[in-house]
Amino acid sequence: MVAGLDFTVIKDNLLYFFIGRYPGGPLGGVALTLYLAVASLVLSFIGGLILGLLSISRNWVVKWVSVTFINAVRGMPLLMVIFWMYFLWPAMMGRPMPESQTVILALTFFTSAYMSQIVRAGIEGIPRGQMEAAMSTGLHYRQAMTHVILPQALRNMIPSFVNQFVSMIKDTSLAFIVGVDELTHVATQVNNRTLIYPTEIFLFIALIYFVICYAFTSLSRWLEHRLAWRKAI
Amino acid sequence: MLKYKFDWAVVTSGTYFEWLVSGLKVTIELSVVSIALSFLIGLVIAVMRMSHVKPVRWIAHGYLEFFRNTPLLVQIFFWYFGSYKVLPKAVNDWLVEQNFEFASAVIALTIYTSAFIAEDIRSGVLSIPKEQMEAARSSGFSYIRSMRYIILPQAVRLTIPPLVNQFLNLTKNSSLAMTIGVAELTYQARQVESYTFKAFEAFTAATLVYVVLSSVITLLVNFYNKRVLQPMKGR
Repeated sequence: MVAGLDFTVIKDNLLYFFIGRYPGGPLGGVALTLYLAVASLVLSFIGGLILGLLSISRNWVVKWVSVTFINAVRGMPLLMVIFWMYFLWPAMMGRPMPESQTVILALTFFTSAYMSQIVRAGIEGIPRGQMEAAMSTGLHYRQAMTHVILPQALRNMIPSFVNQFVSMIKDTSLAFIVGVDELTHVATQVNNRTLIYPTEIFLFIALIYFVICYAFTSLSRWLEHRLAWRKAI
Repeated sequence: MLKYKFDWAVVTSGTYFEWLVSGLKVTIELSVVSIALSFLIGLVIAVMRMSHVKPVRWIAHGYLEFFRNTPLLVQIFFWYFGSYKVLPKAVNDWLVEQNFEFASAVIALTIYTSAFIAEDIRSGVLSIPKEQMEAARSSGFSYIRSMRYIILPQAVRLTIPPLVNQFLNLTKNSSLAMTIGVAELTYQARQVESYTFKAFEAFTAATLVYVVLSSVITLLVNFYNKRVLQPMKGR
């Protein structure tokens, strides 16, 4: 069966798969996929940190509102979040937004909710005594959090963040739906143009995604081992 | 936003309401069929992953890593557009005679989810003390039989909460089937939007359905954790 596959279509469009129409046109393909993933990761790290801290707030109104928001976003499919951004943001702002920014914003909203759970678990994983000790030396709650708890908690969260980044890379494929030229969209374009090589094309991009994601999955495992080892001494 | 006139009647009654309801039905159908199949495949892969035969373990490991590290959307496209070159012709013809969009979505969702479920089952099995396996083997059970009668029944009970979680993910992931034209909930919400230009109402309705569905199921899992798992671990 594999003998019937003809990979010349990949060879002919190789550069297109990796950088889209760049430098003659806008960036696309793998490069855009990575750009979307990295930009959304940075933003959702910040969003997740804020949401995570709010969700363990001692003020019950703040806590309740943020937990409700987190649960609502976690209950929604990412596709739905993208549609919300795509239709609502222009309506609210009164002007259209470039599609790639729509996707970055949607991914940020979506992933922040998941990141906040990692942050919460990370903070709760630090023994309670640390907060009590920090506060009894005269630090405020906020100071104790930023100088004592978070530096330790964040280090333990690194493997989970890397895993989240892997999901993020996979999730960028949904940018296809609003026409952003990332890898999946580029693949469907090539498929529509050539028509008879769908198996080869989608197998190839699946492999590209796999190589990228597997590298990061392995990194996360390695980090986990390393951190566990350092904690043991 | 100020010029926008809300018209909730669009989604609470009439044709468009029926569209959304039929979308919900398809979403549920798709999720239930796929979760059942992916549980079966996940179970097989999990057992293979723990096999004592190295090549078997490698195959299972490769399966897991490959399907967990590729986007679901790409897998859906692969099965929808490209399956005819990798599946035997008879199988493919049979699928085309059925509802091909639905079938491709089921295949993709099943394979993707089974990879995650296999890992959940494996960690469930690993959390059963290994003396149980040793005791079963020394009382004369074969490896497969000790798995079947001693380890798996306990592991499955532990695995139910993560499995339900996977079911929720699957329900949400099934929205991707709209890209190949399966008329599930997100697809229908999009349809209502393009017929009526009532994006806000259409997406609110669909979002509420998803959120309510997942909240109810999450509550049930919490209940299960409290009533069934806590006492079991306590013993």
